[in-house]
Amino acid sequence: MPMYDMNKILPGLIIFAGLMTFPIWYNSGNAGAVPKPEKPTNAKECVRPTDYMRTSHMVLLNEYRDAVVRDGERGAIKDAGGVEYDEKSLMLGCMKCHVSAKKFCDECHTYAAVKPYCWECHIQPKETN
Amino acid sequence: MDSNRRKFLKLAGLGAIAGVAAPSAFNSLLKGEAIASSGGHAESAGHGGHAAAAPTGKQYGLVIDVKQFADTPGLGEHCIRACHSLHNVPDFGNKKDEIKWIWIEKYENAFPEHSNYKRNADLHKMPIVTLCNHCSKPPCVRACPTKATFKNKDGIVMMDFHRCIGCRFCMAACPYGARSFNWRDPRGKNEIGKPFISRINPDFPTRTRGVVEKCNFCSERLAKGLQPACVEAAGGAMIFGDLNDPGSEINKVLSEKFTIQRKPSLGTNPSLFYIL
Ligand code: HEC
Ligand code: HEC
Ligand code: HEC
Repeated sequence: MPMYDMNKILPGLIIFAGLMTFPIWYNSGNAGAVPKPEKPTNAKECVRPTDYMRTSHMVLLNEYRDAVVRDGERGAIKDAGGVEYDEKSLMLGCMKCHVSAKKFCDECHTYAAVKPYCWECHIQPKETN
Repeated sequence: MDSNRRKFLKLAGLGAIAGVAAPSAFNSLLKGEAIASSGGHAESAGHGGHAAAAPTGKQYGLVIDVKQFADTPGLGEHCIRACHSLHNVPDFGNKKDEIKWIWIEKYENAFPEHSNYKRNADLHKMPIVTLCNHCSKPPCVRACPTKATFKNKDGIVMMDFHRCIGCRFCMAACPYGARSFNWRDPRGKNEIGKPFISRINPDFPTRTRGVVEKCNFCSERLAKGLQPACVEAAGGAMIFGDLNDPGSEINKVLSEKFTIQRKPSLGTNPSLFYIL
């Protein structure tokens, strides 16, 4: 069986295959850049196990919110000189360890394409450098 | 055919009667309730008994000594500043967009139920410092379709900003004008670049356009054992405490002094009391 126009079909096929797989190899570089949220320097552990925090911090934040706003339970309050860890607060709790929203929260959220609206009211810590 | 039409008209007639009668019956019920609870503040001073919140719970309240505010020019404004700067309350620079948690009212506007006929002229010059009444029967709470505003365990009428959809039913329901709507972005700036919140307190969230806000009786300060910011700033011209605690200082003052409430006949049971 004679092959007609092999010199046209072959490059055509290659271009076709290239176009079809474009999304895969185009993103391959980016998909490798796993987010690296900045680790706190003032503490070794989070308020819950790290695995739980990674997947469910939004659930914990909702629990805090309801406890504080609806039930009036704000958790422990910092005393004169002592460091207080588990204040049920976004600004006065989480962000006392995770001192940068940009280098911590946003690092993951940009990657996951989520944009929590919390910062429209809650105030991000001042970014140093 | 004919009998069907008769039936239809009968039913329609019954429906109409029910439609007219039910609301008026309902209204008279409501009135009965209002009359029962309009005994005014003599009875409300005891409080609690018929409160919307659990009668065993707290009901924080305030006694405001108007004379001290009249004698100390600027004291009211000082209290307002203390509250508004703490809670990031924006100043939009005009009455229409104004956001207020605590403000100064004219006597005749604060107490329209009291006759103004041949009243002492000084009374009309009195600065009536006022804020949310944290009513024990708050009409705003009933009006809110999302339970964004509710009575908390301390008797404070709280706002849960996370649930507010900005419908403003609560504003229509509040007889004291204690609620403000954010028509504009509180984090914005005016034409000449001045931010509406001149210095943001990083410890308290701002609000956004499209939510209603009001005084929270400083629930964040009470949690730390502090008094509300206005009370602290008033230096004795305001007394804060639990109206349901018979031994509280506020109850002592209420039992000794003659005080009035704003619009007590509405049956909202305001928790603010004025010494005039
Ligand atoms: C006491 C300081 C402290 C507080 C308060 C705190 N964290 Fe953490 N958080 C840490 C530390 C330290 C880690 C890293 C733990 C590790 O590496 O195992 C961490 C880890 C995390 C992680 C996982 C990050 C990753 O690298 O995968 C998330 C998400 C997180 N925190 C969110 C929060 C939120 C939300 C709050 C407030 C509810 C909060 N944290 C409060 C110290 C804190
Ligand atoms: C380890 C990565 C990581 C870090 C760090 C992180 N987040 Fe998240 N966050 C996520 C992911 C992923 C989602 C989306 C989860 C989903 O859609 O199911 C998310 C969702 C959320 C949501 C819910 C948003 C929504 O629209 O439902 C909130 C709120 C939130 N994060 C708050 C925070 C805050 C505040 C911080 C910083 C203190 C933070 N997160 C840090 C990964 C992270
Ligand atoms: C419309 C404004 C607004 C938005 C948007 C908002 N909050 Fe809040 N939030 C508040 C206010 C006001 C308080 C009450 C603060 C207080 O009483 O100390 C609060 C309290 C809280 C609290 C408890 C107290 C504290 O200091 O943190 C948590 C936790 C919280 N919010 C989480 C969130 C999260 C998570 C989001 C986003 C998913 C969010 N909020 C979005 C206004 C807002």
